[in-house]
Amino acid sequence: MDLRKLVERRKLTDRLFAALGICCVLIALLTLVVLMGDLARQGLSRIDWQFMTSFPSRAAARAGILSAWVGSLMIMLVTVITAVPLGVAAGVYLEEYAPKNRLTTFIEINISNLAGVPSIVYGLMALGLFIYQLGMNRSTLAGGLTLACLILPIVIVATRESLRTIPSNIREAAFAIGASKWQVVSHHLLPYSAGGIATGVIIATSRALGETAPLITIGALTFIAFLPPPPVMSEPPFVSFQWLHDEFTVLPIQMFNWVSRPQPEFQVNAAAAGLVLVAMTLSLNGAAIWLRYRMRKRIKW
Amino acid sequence: MSSTADPSTPATQVASLPQRTNVKRRAAKEPLLDRIIELLLFLAGVSSVAITLGIAGTLVFESLAFFREVSLVQFFTDHLWTPLFADPHFGIMPLVSGTLVTTGVALLIALPLGTIIAIYLSEFAPAGLREGIKPLLELLSAVPTVVYGYFALQLVSPLVQKIVPGTPAFNMLSAGIVMGIMIVPYVSSLSEDALRAVPMLLREGAYALGANRLITAVKVVYPAAISGIASAYILGISRAIGETMIVAIAAGTQPNLTLDPREGAATITAFIVQASLGDNPHDSIGYKSIFAAGLVLFLITLSINIFGHWLRKRFREAY
Repeated sequence: MDLRKLVERRKLTDRLFAALGICCVLIALLTLVVLMGDLARQGLSRIDWQFMTSFPSRAAARAGILSAWVGSLMIMLVTVITAVPLGVAAGVYLEEYAPKNRLTTFIEINISNLAGVPSIVYGLMALGLFIYQLGMNRSTLAGGLTLACLILPIVIVATRESLRTIPSNIREAAFAIGASKWQVVSHHLLPYSAGGIATGVIIATSRALGETAPLITIGALTFIAFLPPPPVMSEPPFVSFQWLHDEFTVLPIQMFNWVSRPQPEFQVNAAAAGLVLVAMTLSLNGAAIWLRYRMRKRIKW
Repeated sequence: MSSTADPSTPATQVASLPQRTNVKRRAAKEPLLDRIIELLLFLAGVSSVAITLGIAGTLVFESLAFFREVSLVQFFTDHLWTPLFADPHFGIMPLVSGTLVTTGVALLIALPLGTIIAIYLSEFAPAGLREGIKPLLELLSAVPTVVYGYFALQLVSPLVQKIVPGTPAFNMLSAGIVMGIMIVPYVSSLSEDALRAVPMLLREGAYALGANRLITAVKVVYPAAISGIASAYILGISRAIGETMIVAIAAGTQPNLTLDPREGAATITAFIVQASLGDNPHDSIGYKSIFAAGLVLFLITLSINIFGHWLRKRFREAY
């Protein structure tokens, strides 16, 4: 009789905790829903063709995010082109080549520490090193390189984890028929891990797309009423890299600029810009989740 | 390798000549290509060290210029931080207190919430539900922080003002709350991984002794996973300390030496943003003060990370 009561009580505490757990999950998810709902309520009506194709302006109703989203795309281009090859190469080195010695341990500890460095500190490094020591101007190139440094640890870790899931008998089989180390890596390991690496790169890109602080510290202008010259021209030499050296603004900075103004009309613009930004980062993350899901279904070692 | 490839027995001499030279040539060529590639990959691996050196070097170099003008005693004991005013004061403590308070509020939200979610997902939720909820929670960390800042200022702050009358529109409480929600997935996902890595045997032992799920989770699984959970907490703490846009937008921009979360105060990160928005010539004390503040921030997060490494080593349980 007493025992039965005890069992009942223990079952009850289990159920209570399960309810508490669901509540906590709901609090977190509800925050996301409320946040998205509020952005949509404030900003959705503001998003139209004019908003996407106008430059920032003193008048809230005429302002738009053209230079901001073009800037964001260009920064991402520079960031991905520099961080992905470097990060994948570093990941391959650490996972497949590196001897087990002090230097390797040091590099590994260093990477995990880098992942814990606040993003704004990367901005300070870029300001002191890129802008003043190396004499770059506050350009797309400098901004893109800053964010590349920021996401490098993410790309390295994703590459390593992806390589680690490949069973070692794949490597042994390739070595056994006479493949060199690089052939094993380039013919087998990289293709098999491409999905995992791509997932990591997409997550890293979404992180970089939302980063504001490091770009503010290098002095990215908030009022850019021009577009960079297009990279492709109709007359020789046909390609131009001037866009790398021009000043820029990005979506999160444009949004921050509007949020910090007292007038309510600009808050509407901020909400609209935020909506565009969240749509971009969430769809990138959605793509990563989908990719991971498909990979898990397809590859069975 | 090459000695075994050498044709020394009659049987291998039957093989045609061109094929053999081809094998030989390739065997000679590949090590060189492989070595070049290995060198390139090594350089890429070392690039992360170069970034660290760049960060540490820049912060120290520019901060030294700052500390040539401001004494360490003043830096740590002055109660005012007004480097951009006509009458400048350089006491870092008001910024440190702002960072501590917002971080504290965020952790009060994120650690309990994240831990409960992790325990629920790992020990209670059915597998299908868990796999559905995890990616949704991850979306929380996919929202850009500037959007969270907008959310804190426009939605949470008015709510806080209603519940706690007399708080200003810019207050550390609402910034901290939103920051806490943002950090939840970092804490919960790493903690859950740690909890799930605990072998089933331990749970079965507890069940056999008559424990229910909750007691098993709290008294057996959680302690067994503590090293992984500690890393999750450490990650959450360093995220909160380094978080910039939420506090820059919603916590206020005035350095304020207080531990009251209802007040507004600038954090270290918010000051850096604030100062970067203005025009600071390269040699001005304003420019140098950004780096001094950045160095303090870097050292705080670095020591927390090192502490985390130590914790992980100290409490690692191998099964």
